This record gives sequence, structure tokens and C-alpha cells, in this order.
Amino acid sequence: MNEHNRPHTSTEGTSMKTREASGPSKMTARSLWENLKDQSASELIIENLIRLSGISVIVVVTLIFFFLLREGSAAFLDIPLRQLFGSRWYPIEGLFGLWPLMVGSFWVTIGAVVIAVPLGLTTAIYLGEIAPLWQREILKPFIEVLAGIPSIVLGFLGWVALAPIIQNLGAPSGLTAFTGSFILAYMSLPTIISITEDALYAVPKEYRDGSLALGATQWQTIWRVVLPAARSGIVMAIMLGIGRAIGETMAVMLVTGNAANIPEFGFGALFQPIRTMTATIAAEMGEVAQGSLHYNVLFGIGIVLFVVTSGINLLATRLVGGRGKRRPGGRL
Amino acid sequence: MKRQQTQKLAVGIITTVSFLVVVPILLVLIFMIANGIGGISWTFLSQPPRSGMTEGGILPAILGTIFLTLGTAIAAIPLAIGAAIYLSEYASDNRLTRLIRLAIVNLAGIPSIVYGLFGLGAFVLFLNFGTSILAGSLTLGLMTLPVVISTAEEAILSVPQEFRVVSLSLGATRWQTIRHQVLPHALPGIITGVILGLGRAAGETAPILFTVAAFYLPELPQSIFDQTMALPYHLYVISTQIPGMPMEIQYATALVLLLIVLSLTLIATFIRSSMRRRREW
Amino acid sequence: MSNPKPKLSIQNLFFTYGDETEALRNINLDIMENELFILFGPSRSGKSTLLRLMNRLSDLSEGGQRQGKILFNGSGIFSRKVDVINLRRRISMVFAIPTPLPGTIYDNLTYGLKMAGMRDKATLDERVARSLQQAALWDEVKDRLHTSAFALSGGQKQRLCLARSLALEPEVILLDNPTSGLDPISTTIVEQSLHELKQQYTIIMVPHSVQQAARVADKAAFLLDGQVIEVGRQKDLFVNPKDQRTEDYVTGRFG
Repeated sequence: MNEHNRPHTSTEGTSMKTREASGPSKMTARSLWENLKDQSASELIIENLIRLSGISVIVVVTLIFFFLLREGSAAFLDIPLRQLFGSRWYPIEGLFGLWPLMVGSFWVTIGAVVIAVPLGLTTAIYLGEIAPLWQREILKPFIEVLAGIPSIVLGFLGWVALAPIIQNLGAPSGLTAFTGSFILAYMSLPTIISITEDALYAVPKEYRDGSLALGATQWQTIWRVVLPAARSGIVMAIMLGIGRAIGETMAVMLVTGNAANIPEFGFGALFQPIRTMTATIAAEMGEVAQGSLHYNVLFGIGIVLFVVTSGINLLATRLVGGRGKRRPGGRL
Repeated sequence: MKRQQTQKLAVGIITTVSFLVVVPILLVLIFMIANGIGGISWTFLSQPPRSGMTEGGILPAILGTIFLTLGTAIAAIPLAIGAAIYLSEYASDNRLTRLIRLAIVNLAGIPSIVYGLFGLGAFVLFLNFGTSILAGSLTLGLMTLPVVISTAEEAILSVPQEFRVVSLSLGATRWQTIRHQVLPHALPGIITGVILGLGRAAGETAPILFTVAAFYLPELPQSIFDQTMALPYHLYVISTQIPGMPMEIQYATALVLLLIVLSLTLIATFIRSSMRRRREW
Repeated sequence: MSNPKPKLSIQNLFFTYGDETEALRNINLDIMENELFILFGPSRSGKSTLLRLMNRLSDLSEGGQRQGKILFNGSGIFSRKVDVINLRRRISMVFAIPTPLPGTIYDNLTYGLKMAGMRDKATLDERVARSLQQAALWDEVKDRLHTSAFALSGGQKQRLCLARSLALEPEVILLDNPTSGLDPISTTIVEQSLHELKQQYTIIMVPHSVQQAARVADKAAFLLDGQVIEVGRQKDLFVNPKDQRTEDYVTGRFG
């Protein structure tokens, strides 16, 4: 009311005063004011662009899913589900059974998890709780280097160096699920190690001090206090490690033998050649005709991968919850 | 003192296992360098492949990877930094923001081969870019988004809040405050994130399989609508698709790719630590 | 200028933070031009909150609830039509913890002006010199204007922050405990400069102590639990307080 009747006081009052005070200066409050108006126009554009790029992230995810559906939904519509989840993958004969590929992905991933989780957690505990600073400074760059090695290079190494070793151990071929698991384990180690280390780091120092003050040994403190306190972060580390392993393509393609058969259930399965969902897409997409059923099914596998990895990631964040939370600072 | 023995044993095991993790990494590096260094020569780096790729060099693949990395940077950087600024400085804690964060987590988890499928469906076919540097760069760019957004946001949040408040209290607008007080101090962190993301993109094979990579091209690409060779795909091709490929060339190619990607990682780490030391506050 | 109208008039002001803590309850205050007005009281009594409301830095605390108004030169600062940026240039704030921005002394002093679009080097130089003189810092830094502001001592930093606000030539200066952490000599320098500054500016200040309040105030308001207990001229309030709580606080029985 009172306020709205005099919206302009704010400009006029000042220009007088500032002019008096600034003496020889030609800049008046009014010209400050006008400058501001000009800036505001361009700032409005910039701020809207910033908003747009924030929102675009949602658009990108939606578009990815949309295009996968667009090219791949026919696989689920045109092929009877019994056949689609059947046990034979012979695209040449029109048999698109995804089951062997899923089993292949499953075995390789399980193998990778079994190897990577104990190694990763132990290394994270060592780096976070035991190693003296100088060792940490030497060891951590190695973990970063490992994270930086391209998957094709690791695949190449598995192919030229690891597979012959495994064959010498008595497997019929060096290209087995285990070979893939081993490479994948090393690929997911950096993820597991760094997230676990963050989780350990987040455990308040008072917990450790309290436990040690009660006479517990360092190991008892780690085992009984620190690890339980960091539990949710560790779960997240493991799940994201799994997500990384399922989605990996080139390395497993080179070293798992690419045989779309269903291995017998059990330990022996790890030493048979298998083929993963990711490798199937990579190996066959180059040779299919666009729009063919085979093409659609490869996109259909993409949909499965998208849904599975999204599910794992969402579950991991949901379970942990706190990690996505904003810290103080920032935000104007 | 049984407890003390358990303690010693546990620490011993943990230490041993950690070295079991780290030593192979060192061995891999040594192995790669030992086997690859002999094949690297000026000819190898500066010549195109000859006689069915069993001789000559890998210049087109190196250049292709450089082009793709630059393209990725152009595609990803503006969008990623914009999104990071939005999340750290503009977004309030509401549903939209949570949805954006969810989307980023999701993007980070999507397998690289699925990005490749998307690039094929959206850029190559739907937008009709064909298999081209443009389609490949866009695909790699989207894949790089989550890494760059996360590190950039972290860098922006690490700028002390006081600088923002002081700037606003001196009559700066929100954007001026971001432009003059936030971004300059967050820059090293942002650059680190960008380089890490680009390092990852440079080494990726799956996203470029169907969007840009060429098996063999005697000539360099002339425009962004051309295909190109690229190092990761080239390594895949020569190690699996061509029988009788000399091992020396394979190792040397793998080493060159490894060195390019690792040097990007190293540069990023170096920028991060050196800028931390130079900080005034 | 015999202007009976207050420079700032706070009317029925309530403020609650986003976490539902009530910070201010029904504040009514009139602050006249060229007055040195002191807001004092125990910690968490709402002084700083009130100060931050006056140039709407309170906008930054998410979810804050506000009722009532503050009139600046007769017009409401919370009105939708008010340009907050311009308001902050005219009602400028100096914080308790001296916070130089990264950069040189000169950069700090010209920041607000440059953001307002001022480019003229001569004018900038002149404003820098004058604001430093007003803040009693000129002699100490005139030869190193282009060195880092972080190299200054605590007392110098605080005066730099004051000068940085003065460079904008505001009408009102809000000082949130400007001598916190300063040595006695620096405190004296700042207090002396206040007396000169109020010839030209209206100053609202949260003091470091009751003693400081009594030394520098023209007029003061005693706040307790987000409410104004008593307002008065310096002699009345510190010598003959009317309210028992004010007397207890002024004589040091609590706080």
C-alpha cells in the first residue's frame, strides 16, 4: 500500500545525494541504476541458460530411454516372451533367446564381485585406517592409474597375457568367464576402494578414540566400530562396483570366449567360455540390417541393461540416501 | 595376549592383500612399457598404417582420438558446467532438483555400450548425422556429463560461502557473484573434472563402435560429418580382427593409448594438487 | 536538513528461520539520518538477524518467514518492486569476521563499483583513496594497493572491509561487530572513524560490548530474545535505564 505508491523513491533520493558526495565524479546513482538494467537483460539470458542445462540432464536420460524403446521395443512386442527368454541365441535362424546372455553376464559379474569386494574393502581399510600417510600418497595414485586404464587395454592384456596363463592352469581355453571376472574385478576396484574409503573417512574420529580408550585393539576398533558405522557406504560401494561390472563391454568381449551357451550351474561354470549381453551388442550390431528383428533385439538388450543398471544405482542411492545430500556452502 | 596376536595377524593380512592389489597395477604398467616401447618410433607415430595395417604407423587413429576428445569437450563442457552451476548455486531443495540428481546418478550408471546404442539411434539415424565425428563426439559428450558435473559441483561448493555473501552485500548480482567470485576459484577443480572426463572418453571404445569409428581409413577426415579411425577401436581391430598382426604393433598401439589416457589423468591430478597449494584462503 | 522522517523505519517486524527458530518478535524502531544507532543485547537476541534484514541479506537463508515491514526513505524494502541489488548498494553491510575477497586491496575496494558498471579509472582511484581515508587505512596501505588483501593484519582487514562498503557511497552502513577480534589500538581507530563517518552516513551497529555501545552510541536499542526491550538516547539508556532487564544487562548482571 504505502510501499506500492512510492516505488521510485529508491532511485530519486539517491541520485541527488551521490552527486553531491562524489564531487568531480560523473557517475551518479542513476547511471549505476541504468547500467544495472542493461546487465540484467543479458544476465537473465545467462541465468535461463544455466537453468536449462540443469534441466537438460533429465531430458538426456529421458531421451536415452526413449530412443532405446523406439528401436528396441519391437523385440518385446514381436517375439513371444517364451522365446525371447529362451535358451537359444541363434540370430541366423531367428532364435533370439536372451537367457544365455543373461546367465553369461550374471556369472562374469558374480565372479568379479567375489574377487573385487574382499580385495577392494581390504585395500580401502588399509588406505583409510592403517597405512601411514607416506604410503597412502604412493598407493593412491596407483588406484587412480588403474581407474584410468581404458577397458580395451585391460581387455587386450587379458587376451594376450592372462588367457594363456589360465589355459596353462588346465582350463580347456583361456577365454572363460573367470578370465572376464578377473579383469572386471580389477576394473571395479577403483570404484569400490574410493567409495569405501569415503565411507570410512566419514566415520567420526570420536568413535575410534572412544573404542581405543576402552582398551580395544586397532583391529577390534575397525571390525566392531568403524566398519559397522560405515556399513551403508560400503553397501553403496559394492553395488556401484556391480553396476560397473555388468555394464563393461570391451574387456569382457575380448576375454570371455563369446560363446552363447548356458554353462552348467556351479563352480565349473566360471571356467567355460560365455558371452555377456554387452559383448553381444558390441559384436553383432555392426553386422545387422537396420530395422531388422535382430537389430531390434540388440536394442532390446540395451533396454534390459539400462533398466538393470538404473535399478542398481537407484537402489544404492536410496539405501544410502545421505550421500546425495547437499552440504552447507554454495547456493546464493 | 591373544587380542594382540589377532591384531597383528589382521594388520598383516590387510597389508599383504593391499599390496596384492597394487603390485599387479605396477606390473601391468611395466609389462605394457616393456613390450610396447620397442614398437614406438617416429615412423609409428607419424605414418598411416600400410599393407593391411601390418606395417606403418597409427597416425590417423591418434589424430582421430584427438578430434573426438576435442569434440567431446565441446559437446560436454558447456552443458556440464551449466548444470553444475545450477545445482550448486540456483537449485533449491525441491522435487525438480532431486529429479536432476537422480538423473545424474542414472547417467553415471548407464553402460557405455548403451550410450553407443543411443548414439546410433538418435544421432546417426534419427538426426541423420551418419557415422561421423559429430555423432561420436555427442555420444561421448553425454557419457562424460555425469563425471564433469559431479566434480565441477564439488569444486563450486568448496568456494567459501563468505565470498558469495560479501559479494552480494556489495551490490553484485547473483550472476556477477558467480562469475567473479565463484567460478574463478572453482576453476582448477572444474578443469580437473573436465580432463578426467575427457581422459575417460578418449579411452572408450563401446560408445564409438557404431557412431564414428572406422576400421581403416587411408585419409584423414575432412569434416565433422566424416568417419574417423580412433585408437581404442584400432587396438580392438588389430588385436582381434586381423590374423597375423605383428604383436609389436599391438603392444605399441596399446601403450600409446595408455600413455595418452594416463597423461590426461596425470595432468588433472597435477592441476588439482598444485592449485590447492596456491590457494590464499 | 530538518527532516523529521526516519531514514529507516522498522514496523511490526517478525522473523522466523527455516528451522522454525523464532528470531525476531514485533520489532518497532525508527532510525534517523546521520545517527549512530546501536543494537545490543546478549548473543542470539536477534541483533545480527535484524541487521541482515535491513539490506535483505536475510533473503539468503532458505525458508525464512517474515512479517511486517522496513521502510527505507519512506518506501518498503520488501516490496516486490524494490531492486535488491540497488538496495544493498545503498544500505551496505560490514561483517563481524573481516572477509577480504581474494585479490588485491584495490580489487576489493573497487569490486562493488565495478559490479555496478563503473569503469572510469580516475573515478575508481579517487573513490579508493577517499574510502581508505575515511576508514583510517590510507596511510598504512597507500603504497601497496596492488598487493594481496590477505596479507593485511586483522585490524587492517576489518578497516578494509569498512572502506570497501564506503567506496559504494551508501546512505546507511550496517556494522556487525566491526571490532571483534581487534586489538585495543585498532578498536580505538575504528571507533574514532565512526564519529567522522556519521556526519555523512547513517550507521547502525552491533557493538562488541556494552562498554563500546555506551562509548559510541547516539541512540541504542536493547534486544532480548528477539524483542526490543528498551530504546533510548545514549544517556538515558546506559545511565538511567527504565527497564529492570536493561539495567541488569548494562550493569553486567547477565549476558
